[in-house]
Amino acid sequence: MALFARAPIAPLEYSRTLWMRLWVGAVMVFLYAPLVVLMIFSFNDSKRNVVWRGFTTKYYEKALGNDQLVEALINSLTIAALATLASLVLGTLAAVMLWRFRFPWKGAIDGTISLPIIVPEICLGVAFLMFFAAVGWPTDLIWPFNLGAITIAHITFCFPFVTMVVRSRLATFNREQEEAAKDLGASEAQVFRDVLIPHIKPALVAGALLAFTLSLDDFVITYFTSGPDTITFPVKVYSMVRFSVTPEVNAASTLLIILTVVLTFIALKAQGVKAIAETH
Amino acid sequence: MAEQDWKTSKRTFAAVSLPTLFWVVLFFLVPMAIVWLYSFGENRGLTEIEFSGTLDNYKRATEWLYLTIFGKSFAVAALVTLICLIVGFPVAMAITFASEKWRPWLLLGIMLPFWTNLLIRTYALMMLLGTQGFANKGLGALWEGTSWIKTLVGLQPLPTWEPVQLLFNNFAVVFGLVYVHLPFMVLPLYAALDRLDRSLIEASLDLGAGHFRTIMRIVVPLAAPGIIAGVMITLIPALGAYLTPDLMGGTDSQMIANVIERQFKKANDWPFGAALSFLLIYAMFILIAIQSMRKKVPEVR
Repeated sequence: MALFARAPIAPLEYSRTLWMRLWVGAVMVFLYAPLVVLMIFSFNDSKRNVVWRGFTTKYYEKALGNDQLVEALINSLTIAALATLASLVLGTLAAVMLWRFRFPWKGAIDGTISLPIIVPEICLGVAFLMFFAAVGWPTDLIWPFNLGAITIAHITFCFPFVTMVVRSRLATFNREQEEAAKDLGASEAQVFRDVLIPHIKPALVAGALLAFTLSLDDFVITYFTSGPDTITFPVKVYSMVRFSVTPEVNAASTLLIILTVVLTFIALKAQGVKAIAETH
Repeated sequence: MAEQDWKTSKRTFAAVSLPTLFWVVLFFLVPMAIVWLYSFGENRGLTEIEFSGTLDNYKRATEWLYLTIFGKSFAVAALVTLICLIVGFPVAMAITFASEKWRPWLLLGIMLPFWTNLLIRTYALMMLLGTQGFANKGLGALWEGTSWIKTLVGLQPLPTWEPVQLLFNNFAVVFGLVYVHLPFMVLPLYAALDRLDRSLIEASLDLGAGHFRTIMRIVVPLAAPGIIAGVMITLIPALGAYLTPDLMGGTDSQMIANVIERQFKKANDWPFGAALSFLLIYAMFILIAIQSMRKKVPEVR
């Protein structure tokens, strides 16, 4: 460990100075302590979440036995998967359009595509509430079609992030590769599939991860778009938190945190820490 | 290499542009247009709404009550951004100058909470800040310790510790928003600092400036675009925050998003809610316009 540095600290090695270490350490504690406490207390054998009364997994059984909670989680994962797929397609197409072509109104279209990132969630949420009310979107469809409205809303705010990530990756693409492929007889579609897609693959992985977590994370927009009978995980947890703070919420939250960490590590395995970090 | 004119390959252009344009128009612009139309409407009966082109909703939004809520939202968002900047800047510096081996892990450490569910993070914080939570216990222990030291040196001990209310007030809202938005600030700051030419910092140190002076006079001006990006990325979502003030705030800590929500759920006044939504969107546009105006000032390199 370099905590007790043997080599003298060079002027630019700020991260090796003691007060910097303390600062970063304190920030990490600030960021992680609440989550760690939440996870530990999900195993607490007490109805109230304050004193440790021994180890139990009964709240996991209770959470997994809670049909509504499980249904909400399945709904959330389904929506996130669908929204991610659609966002990848739409986002990549938009990025290619903006990167490759010169066309009238380009600045305005570019701005409009990234607008859903800037518009506050609450405004997007009420916009979808009014939109689906105005078009008379049916709310009594069977699963999974009852998730349509929420999925559409999620795609709208997820795909601009994919566009952003893919576009910055496209900027490093060497067009000569494309020309070489065409000289060798490749068609537009083949160039897209065999030259462009492999180049932007890291951005696609990062974009997919971003879209999936954004969708899974969203509460506000879903809160406004979900019908009376469709419930997602954040909406369910919200109502549970509103009414009472129970270890069951902790257990369900812990499961979702673990899912996030696992997803992150899959993405890291696929791309390496650096590639993922660079896309942000 | 120059961009291709769309006319040279119309079919490819249509293939890549039509799906996106279709989606953006139908599922973004049309919903926004509906909100905009509603903001000029009036309630007629329970569900009936007449689009009369009235400006009453906007007039009502300029009432003192709503102005103070707008003002308060701005103040809270600005305070949160400032705290995030002060806390996040050294972290971004530490990541930038960390060794090759540590840097990705530090970055991951910042990004993992960013990917974790917002509601779960808010809930975790609520658990910690409650009157029976660890934050209160820690403060209590400090209090007892101080009291004990005072008796040791022969002074009156402090009065007994009363748990402080850390939740359901304005403090909790600011604390919660800082907790949630800190990663938003650190990542763009890091991106800017990473591009910095280190020889400039070395030159400044060689010429006799201290570390603090170097940071204030060399690093901060050079990283200004990144700092502004970080400020915008933190300020905009903080201004529109709904969940944190709703769950962690008290009755007096409502922000603009909570007022908007109430128009759509409890108060059932959609036209007024629509007008407030658009005022919030206009506020965002003004912030972004200020930022892009600053960009036009020629960069000193």
